[in-house]
Amino acid sequence: MTRKQVHLAAHFPGVNNTTVWTDPRSGSQIDFASFVHLARTAERGKLDFFFLAEGLRLRELKGRIHDLDVAGRPEALTVLGALAAVTDRLGLAGTVNATFNEPYELARRLSTLDHLSEGRAGWNVVTTSDAFTGENFRRGGFLNRADRYKRAGEFLRLARELWDSWHPDAIAADPETGTFVRPGAIGTVEHSGEHFTVQGRFTLPRSPQGRPVIIQAGDSDEGREFAAANADVIFTPHGKLEDGKRFYADVKRRLAKYGREPHQLKIMPGVTFALGDTEEDAAENAAYIRCQQVGPQTATAFLEQVWGRDMSAYDPEGPLPDVEPDLSEGVSQGRVPIKDRGDVAAKWRALAEEKGLSIRELVIEVTGRQTFIGTPETVARLIDEHVQADAADGFILVPHLTPGGLDEFVDRVVPLLQERGAFRTDYTGTTLRDHLELS
Amino acid sequence: MTLHLAVALDGAGWHPAAWRESPADVFSARHWAGLVAEAEQGLLDFVTIEDALGLQSTLPDAPDDRNDQVRGRFDAVLLAARLAPLTSRIGLVPTATTTHTEPFHVAIGIATLDHVSQGRAGWRPQISPRASEARHFGRREFPPLDLVLNRPGGVDLSGDPHVRDLFAEAADAVEVARRLWDSWEDDAEIRDLATGRFIDRDKLHYADFAGRFFSVKGPSITPRPPQGQPVVTALAHARLPYEFAASSADIVYVTPHSAEQARDIVEEIRGLSAELKIFADLVVFLGEDAARRKARLDELDGAELVSDAAIFTGTVRELADLLLEWRRAGIQGFRLRPGALPYDLAQIARGLTVELRERGVFRHEYEAATLRGLLGLPRPASRYADLS
Repeated sequence: MTRKQVHLAAHFPGVNNTTVWTDPRSGSQIDFASFVHLARTAERGKLDFFFLAEGLRLRELKGRIHDLDVAGRPEALTVLGALAAVTDRLGLAGTVNATFNEPYELARRLSTLDHLSEGRAGWNVVTTSDAFTGENFRRGGFLNRADRYKRAGEFLRLARELWDSWHPDAIAADPETGTFVRPGAIGTVEHSGEHFTVQGRFTLPRSPQGRPVIIQAGDSDEGREFAAANADVIFTPHGKLEDGKRFYADVKRRLAKYGREPHQLKIMPGVTFALGDTEEDAAENAAYIRCQQVGPQTATAFLEQVWGRDMSAYDPEGPLPDVEPDLSEGVSQGRVPIKDRGDVAAKWRALAEEKGLSIRELVIEVTGRQTFIGTPETVARLIDEHVQADAADGFILVPHLTPGGLDEFVDRVVPLLQERGAFRTDYTGTTLRDHLELS
Repeated sequence: MTLHLAVALDGAGWHPAAWRESPADVFSARHWAGLVAEAEQGLLDFVTIEDALGLQSTLPDAPDDRNDQVRGRFDAVLLAARLAPLTSRIGLVPTATTTHTEPFHVAIGIATLDHVSQGRAGWRPQISPRASEARHFGRREFPPLDLVLNRPGGVDLSGDPHVRDLFAEAADAVEVARRLWDSWEDDAEIRDLATGRFIDRDKLHYADFAGRFFSVKGPSITPRPPQGQPVVTALAHARLPYEFAASSADIVYVTPHSAEQARDIVEEIRGLSAELKIFADLVVFLGEDAARRKARLDELDGAELVSDAAIFTGTVRELADLLLEWRRAGIQGFRLRPGALPYDLAQIARGLTVELRERGVFRHEYEAATLRGLLGLPRPASRYADLS
């Protein structure tokens, strides 16, 4: 029996403090050369796909633009279109908001990307519920939580109708008979639903994958249900073994209801990693990266998001001050709000007192260490074990450096995964659906 | 001074039967890569890429069920991005509709095209007046459009309130894009280790646009594009679009049918703007047998080709004569629409450019790395730069 195969994707470093810009090796977050470097590294490692996140408004803290983290990103699909020219096999997946786009236009852009990449397009479907982001859009406003998923579901159904509306053999392009499009091969879409009313014909032939790969990142009950019904890949935060196994079982269990098989939805937690020649080196490297990720100002900013008040008067290298959190309203906009801030503050305080931590040490402690730390052998083994134990089908790797943060992983960990028989030594198909073993 | 030369790419060429003479897979990247490489070898200023939010049709406002012509088009911004890494000097100017799209998305799409092409992006904003396209979005109801497309000289809808609104909205969309492109000052990214700040927030600015059709807060999520302001271009046949071009664009494409008409149009536009660059559009069939080639295509299509732009058939020498005559009427550049691809494009890139060069009016090599540079447009400072 062949070994269950690991799927791997490369996340372009994002705009939170996971991405370290203070390191001398940190390159541009916007120059195309950085995207080319990471994408080509991922393709050299035979990874399944390259992944871009999205944020449609710059984050704000205390009513001002957040200035401590990397900021400034391209429009995801446009940069993926360009990357299609410099890669051959690598899947190209972008996050695009279903709340602030229209199905006809976005379906068309995704179909274009699938054509131009010869079947390598993926779409991470996200929704937004904040009016803050809505201020950049015609549609404006926002939807409540339940409606967001209903709208996204209808959006996807409509996108599929559009993608499927041309007969697979629609294009004849036969100069002898003078037939370019076979008669009757372009169907008319008539959609009338709660959120969309669309009538007309699509502007593109069916794309190489038929439908681009659908990725979903929600974690709530509705989000999991949405993924079980619609997604090909789920991008989750559940990278730890036991937690991952529970999540994996839960989501895979939901598939039957939609007439789907377990292999038709790949579960890929987003994970970070730190490598070293010895376990000690790796641990030291991990600690060093954590220190870079939480500079003194960033530590204060984290504290402020939980405490809901200005904490800049307190030395981040000093102890947690004896002030109570202001629970009236949050100070952060443009990111997922922290739930139950009062409880979080109490937990943080208890931890700081128990371990005698400064503000910065506390934030380093509570904001999570790297998922995989160790020698390349250890990390390859852990990844394989997680996959074999059904804690995941693979991982979306989130490097902490742009653009070279994946180099060492590809050079040192990927060959070991290949030796274990857990990861492809070359691409066997041409489309992203091929790589993900989605039929 | 060099004559500016662009080509307009669409499907298999501007003759609806062109695909039958030289079959090409218009839905492959390879087709487009070959065309833009040819244009760049000819040292052309830029290529434009047509687009619309609906299927091509011979009817003004409905699908036509014709199966003997090219139907289907890529999103032009993504296609331009796909071509950017394959080229290094030529400008890339996709069409993107302003009517149903989000100005924020279009603005960051064009800014991103400028980043991936290292300063070679342009944009042709276009309105979509058709009721059939509005039904693809289902958010606005448009009156059925009794618009006669492709009539020589076009039809002036400047008085129509619906069309006036669409142009007003287009002007707002360009204004928003321009503000967003400026919303990050060039030196906004500071990476200051001492204070832990990646950006200087005082150099990021809210666009704060509020208009009749939409409002956009800003700032952009995309840092300032390499050109500062990518080049905005507009096709215009009448007073209202001339006004739109004069207020919003860097280049206007006009459609005179004679040197005299060219002179009149130039005069009218110069009354609106002294800076706007005026290009003339021409559909071209080139070579000794150009007229015969066009006649054969007309016969295949069952009708004589009609176009909003003048249709030229003749040798590159004759075309060069005409371009120089129109140039004397005040036309500064040309956007040639090849009748059939790749043939007429090759005639332009390998023949016409040589002819013009011999007459001392066309470049011998690319003199700039950005599209603004090729067009002689300076890189503007951010409009917000003085405020901080």
